[in-house]
Amino acid sequence: MNILKFLVSVTFLIYFSSSDVKAKNLGIEITKNLRCLICQGQSVYDSDSEFANSVKILVEKKLNEGLDEKQIYAYLKNKYGDWILYDPGFSKNTYFLWLLPILMFVFGGAIILKKVILKKKKL
Amino acid sequence: MKTKIFPLFLIFTFSIIFFVFYKGLQNTNIYTPETKSEIKIPNFETKEFFSKDKINSDQIFIGSDYYLLNIWASWCVPCKEEHKYLMDLSKKENIKIIGQNYKDNFDNAKNFLINLDNPYDLIFFDNDGTIAIEWGAYGVPETFLIKNNLIIKKIIGPLNKKLLSEIKELTK
Repeated sequence: MNILKFLVSVTFLIYFSSSDVKAKNLGIEITKNLRCLICQGQSVYDSDSEFANSVKILVEKKLNEGLDEKQIYAYLKNKYGDWILYDPGFSKNTYFLWLLPILMFVFGGAIILKKVILKKKKL
Repeated sequence: MKTKIFPLFLIFTFSIIFFVFYKGLQNTNIYTPETKSEIKIPNFETKEFFSKDKINSDQIFIGSDYYLLNIWASWCVPCKEEHKYLMDLSKKENIKIIGQNYKDNFDNAKNFLINLDNPYDLIFFDNDGTIAIEWGAYGVPETFLIKNNLIIKKIIGPLNKKLLSEIKELTK
């Protein structure tokens, strides 16, 4: 019986400690994907500014409240706009940002293709 | 013909790039995106400054009065600059000034109010700065004008004469 008790407590300990670690890792993951708004060029995770530290605490709090990653991004986006996210979603404000590389790729490809065809014609 | 166009094109491109970067030098490098105003105020629980009683945000912002939420700290130098404007606004009857004491030491904050006078109708604590994030604030000082539980104006940085008259105009 004693052994059973011991085993149960051990499994409990392992279970809770691992979930705690997971939550912490998720917190780090999330703050790495957030832009520090007053020290631009750094993520919230990297920064030690007052703003970033508060965001870190808030993310932990929200994780403890049971919000998932996407809900936290949505929450912060609602407060600060797309700019706080390093990976902004596709919306009417950001479609140009997302489509520009594809447009450039297509345009460049067209130029190369044209040159190649011209060269072939000359040959 | 081709050889003439190319250097011209090059000069043209570089002068445009030079112009853009030169203009960019004079701009402030902090980019604050336009966020939609008229955001609903957040709900939070905190402690009152003097009594240390627990207080909920819906007990602070009641009804259709004008509220001016000011995030301040005793260690914040621009807060001292804008203090006279808050004192000016505190004389207005139809506007209640709420102070949010941001990451501060109680004794320092109290001395700040004793030395410079207290413009606030109510002050609450924000010790870890998370309430400021709930408001969508960047730091101290920051001021929000609130009516009917909606943020109608957000001011990042200290108040000045122009902003003061703007607030007065809005709360007429």
